[in-house]
Amino acid sequence: MTLETLLLLAAALFSTGLFGALTQQSVVMLMMGLELMLGGLIVAAAAVWHHIAPAGADGQVLIVLAVTVMAVEMAVGFAVVTALFRAQEIDMTDMAAELKE
Amino acid sequence: MLEHALFWVLAVLAAAAGVMVFRFDSMARATYALLTSLLCAGGVVMLLGLDYLGVVILLMMTVEMALMAVFMVMYMMNPAGLMPMSMLHNTKGAAVLCGAVFAALAAGILLAPWPARRGRPPADPTHDLGMSLMGPHMLTMMTLGMALFATIVGTVVLATRRGRYDRFGDDLKARRPDDPVPGGGRR
Repeated sequence: MTLETLLLLAAALFSTGLFGALTQQSVVMLMMGLELMLGGLIVAAAAVWHHIAPAGADGQVLIVLAVTVMAVEMAVGFAVVTALFRAQEIDMTDMAAELKE
Repeated sequence: MLEHALFWVLAVLAAAAGVMVFRFDSMARATYALLTSLLCAGGVVMLLGLDYLGVVILLMMTVEMALMAVFMVMYMMNPAGLMPMSMLHNTKGAAVLCGAVFAALAAGILLAPWPARRGRPPADPTHDLGMSLMGPHMLTMMTLGMALFATIVGTVVLATRRGRYDRFGDDLKARRPDDPVPGGGRR
């Protein structure tokens, strides 16, 4: 459980989430990619706290921040999906892009 | 030894479940795969000695994924995956980009001269976190509080059926909104 191993796990989660966020057409699936990316950030922050600066609480505060961002992202994301669906029954990112035309 | 074995199980499961999120046809299965991945991430956080934050992550992700499953059933065309369909775009470009991002991150992780550990973990990291959030990191806590409050207001405004044009018509400067039930101070 070295720092490098933990950070590689975080990088794997982040990259997988990025792939999902870039490829998924469904807005809900896109949000799942974002959640996975934030999961990677949480693992990285915990690893840095444990292996580099355990005496301070900065790493823990970063985790609290990431967890809050996850909650906010999901709440706002679903509100946007609801607004889009109410406007024109849109649930796909490609269809949402046509709204600006 | 047991700790290391547990870490490897959690790490492999987290990464594999993360990949399976975007491989499953069924959106319900994808939600469970994401839940598995994030629960394993929470388990890793607990293994590192952050019990409180680990439990918060486990509880929050369980509730969050339950909500996500409800929204999937509401909005997805094929929530059960009974009619497999592709809902992807630009997979090759994204795969190359994400491979490059992972390679760059891995190179940085393996080549960076990481500093040596400074200090020792406190006896109670949760107490340390609480004192920090209520002390030197009070601004962070206040910002998070305001952000959460703004989220509550923003999500209600976005998700409500009646917008300002429904209430006021074309003239947004009208004195009285056309509400089915009068409210506020104008009753």
